[in-house]
Amino acid sequence: MISRENIRRVTLLSPSLTMLFVMIGLPLAILAWISLLQRGVTSGVDWSAPLGLDNYIRLLWEEDFDGTIFFHTRYLEVVLRSVLLAAGTTFFCIIVGVPAALWMASLPKRGRDVIVLLITIPFWTSLLVRNYAWLIILRDDGSVNWVVNALIPGDDVGLLYTNTAVFIGLVYSFLPFMILPIYAVFEKFDWSLLEAAYDLGAGRARAFRKVMLPIAMPGITAGAMLVFIPCLGAFITPALLGGGKTLMIGNLIQLQFGPSRNWPFGASISIVLLALMMLFLMGLALWKNRRSQ
Amino acid sequence: MPSAVDIRNVSKSFGRGAYAVEVLKSVSVEIAHKEFFTLLGPSGCGKTTLLRLIAGFEAAQKGQILIDGVEMSSLPPFQRPVNTVFQSYSLFPHLTVAQNVAFGLEGTGASRSEVKRRVGEALEMVRMGDFECRKPSELSGGQQQRVALARALAPRPKVLLLDEPLSALDLKLRKQMQIELKQLQEEAGITFVFVTHDQEEALTLSDRVAVMHQGRILQLDDPRTIYEHPSHRFVADFIGDINFLEGRVDTRGVIALKCGAVLADSRAGATHGDISVAIRPERAKRVPTGQGNVDGTLIQSVYLGTGLLHQLRLPCGSVFLLREAAAEAAPLPAHGGTVGIELPAAAISVFAS
Ligand SMILES: Nc1ncnc2c1ncn2[C@@H]1O[C@H](COP(=O)(O)OP(=O)(O)O)[C@@H](O)[C@H]1O
Ligand SMILES: [Mg+2]
Repeated sequence: MISRENIRRVTLLSPSLTMLFVMIGLPLAILAWISLLQRGVTSGVDWSAPLGLDNYIRLLWEEDFDGTIFFHTRYLEVVLRSVLLAAGTTFFCIIVGVPAALWMASLPKRGRDVIVLLITIPFWTSLLVRNYAWLIILRDDGSVNWVVNALIPGDDVGLLYTNTAVFIGLVYSFLPFMILPIYAVFEKFDWSLLEAAYDLGAGRARAFRKVMLPIAMPGITAGAMLVFIPCLGAFITPALLGGGKTLMIGNLIQLQFGPSRNWPFGASISIVLLALMMLFLMGLALWKNRRSQ
Repeated sequence: MPSAVDIRNVSKSFGRGAYAVEVLKSVSVEIAHKEFFTLLGPSGCGKTTLLRLIAGFEAAQKGQILIDGVEMSSLPPFQRPVNTVFQSYSLFPHLTVAQNVAFGLEGTGASRSEVKRRVGEALEMVRMGDFECRKPSELSGGQQQRVALARALAPRPKVLLLDEPLSALDLKLRKQMQIELKQLQEEAGITFVFVTHDQEEALTLSDRVAVMHQGRILQLDDPRTIYEHPSHRFVADFIGDINFLEGRVDTRGVIALKCGAVLADSRAGATHGDISVAIRPERAKRVPTGQGNVDGTLIQSVYLGTGLLHQLRLPCGSVFLLREAAAEAAPLPAHGGTVGIELPAAAISVFAS
C-alpha cells in the first residue's frame, strides 16, 4: 500500500539501504558468484567458466595425478586452528575481562575515567604497529626471552612464530573489546543487590555466581561477539607473530587473493568463514533464548 | 532469656582523621523478642547506619551488637540471623518473583520441594501467590514491596530489619500496607526493627519507639508516652503538632509566660530559669473570653473533617494552634474576635530552654 507514511519511510531509509546494498549486499553476491567460478589464466578469475562447487570440494578433497580422489586435512587444520585460537582468545578475555571490569567499576569516578582512557589509548596507533611491537618483544633477542633466560638460564624460549605468540597477540589486540562492554554493565550495577544477596545468606562466591554474573551476561555475550568474530578472521596478528608457519583463515584467504592469484578459491574460503561466523552468532542467540526462559 | 537485639554503646564514624564524622554516638538499645521496634528520626540522624550495623554491612568502631545473646562483630552479613527489607527493595531483576523469594532458602540445605513449599507460603502471606512467574520489573511499587517482604521473611530470620519500607508508596497504599505489616509481624512472631521518618507511622505500628536525633537516641518509650510526655523539646517538636510558649519558672514552681499567663509547674519546679511550655493543639481548651489562662485573637479556622483547627494570635504576637471536635464546638466569634485559652496543668510539658 502506498500511503504517505510508507513513502516517507522509504525515502528516509533509502540512503542507508542503498549504502547497505552497494557496500555489503552487492560485494557479497559477487564474492559468492566468484567462489563458484575457476581461476583465470592471466587474471584471478575466469569469468566465463561454468558454475560449480569445485572450490568448496578442494577444501577437503584432492585429486591425485592418477585421478584418485582423497581426503586431506591441510585446510581443515587451518580452520580448526582459527576456531580454537578465536575460542581460546575469547575465553581468556572473559577470564581476564570480568575481574578487570569489576575492579574498574569499584573505583571512584575519576579513577574509572583514567582507566578507560588508558584502555583506549592503544587504539590511537594502528594494529599493525602494535603487532610489530610484539614481534620485537617476543623474538629471540627480545625482552621476554631476556627475562626468562635471566630467571632460568637455558636455551632461547622460541616463542615467536608459534600458536602461543599468535594467542598472545590476539588477546592483547582484543581484550579491550571484552573489558569495555562488561564494564558498561558493571558501571550501572546496583551494588545494593550484592548486599541483598549477602543479607539472604549467600557467601561471596554464590553472590557472584547467582547475582553479578547473570546481570553481567549481556556485557559478556556482547564482548564475546566483539572478540570471537574478528579473531576468527584475524589476519595481521597471525601474519606477523605466526610467521608463515601458523596460518589462520585470514592468511589463507590473503594467500589466495595475493600470491596464488586464485580468487575463486579465496572467495570460497571467505564464504566458509562467513558461514562459521553465522553459526557462532546463531548458537549464541539460541543459547541466550534458552537462558531467558 | 537474652534480648532479640542488644546494642551496647555503639559508636560509628565515617571518614578518617580531621574528616571523621560521628554518625552514631554511644547508642544503647535492648529490643525484646517479637517486639515491633521503631527507629524514628529526621533524615540523616543515623537510622540507616544503625540498621546496617545490625545487618553487618558496616562495622562499629566502638561497642557491641548481640543478636539473641550472640556477639555479632566477627560475623559477615551472610552469617547473621537477620534479613533486611531494603528501602529501594533491591529485588534481583534477573530472577522471577518465586526465584527471588527462594534465594534465601536455597543456601540453607532445604530440599527442592521444601523450598517450593516455603516460597509458596511466603508469597501467600503477602498475597502475591499469583505473581510467581513475573519479573520484578513487571510489578507495581506496592507489589515489589510485598515481594521484598516475602523474600526477607521466607528464611524465617530471628530479626527483620526494615528500612523505610513504605516511603516509596502513595498515601493510601501506605496506610493499607501499614496494617498488613502489623498483622504479618504478629502472625510470624518475628522481631521487627523498623526505620521511618514518618512519626504517624511510627506511633501507629510500634510497641516501642526510639526517637533519634544527630546520632543519639533521645527518648525510648511506647508511642503513647512519646506523644504525651516527650522528654526533649526536639521530640515534642518532631512528633505531631505542638505549641511552644516561652517563659520563666521561679523556685516555687510558678511559671510566668511571656504572653501573660501564669501557670503552676506540673513537675513542681524541677527546673528554674528560662523554660518553654509545650502543649498539643487538642489538649488546650477553648473557653469564653477571660475565663482561660490567656486570651487569643482568632486568625483563621480550618475544618479538618475530624475537627476544627483554630489559629490564634497571642498577646505576645506568637501563633497558637488549638484543635477541638467540630460537633461540640461552641459558636465561633467572627475573625478578629477573641477567645479564651485554657492550658490544663496535666496537659503541659515543661522544657528548660
Ligand atoms: N558511607 C558513608 N560515608 C560517609 N558518610 C555517611 C555514609 N553513610 C551515611 N553517612 C552519613 O551519616 C549520616 C547518617 O546517615 P543515615 O544513617 O543514612 O541517616 P538516616 O537513615 O537516618 O537518614 C548522614 O549525615 C550521612 O551523610
Ligand atoms: Mg535512611
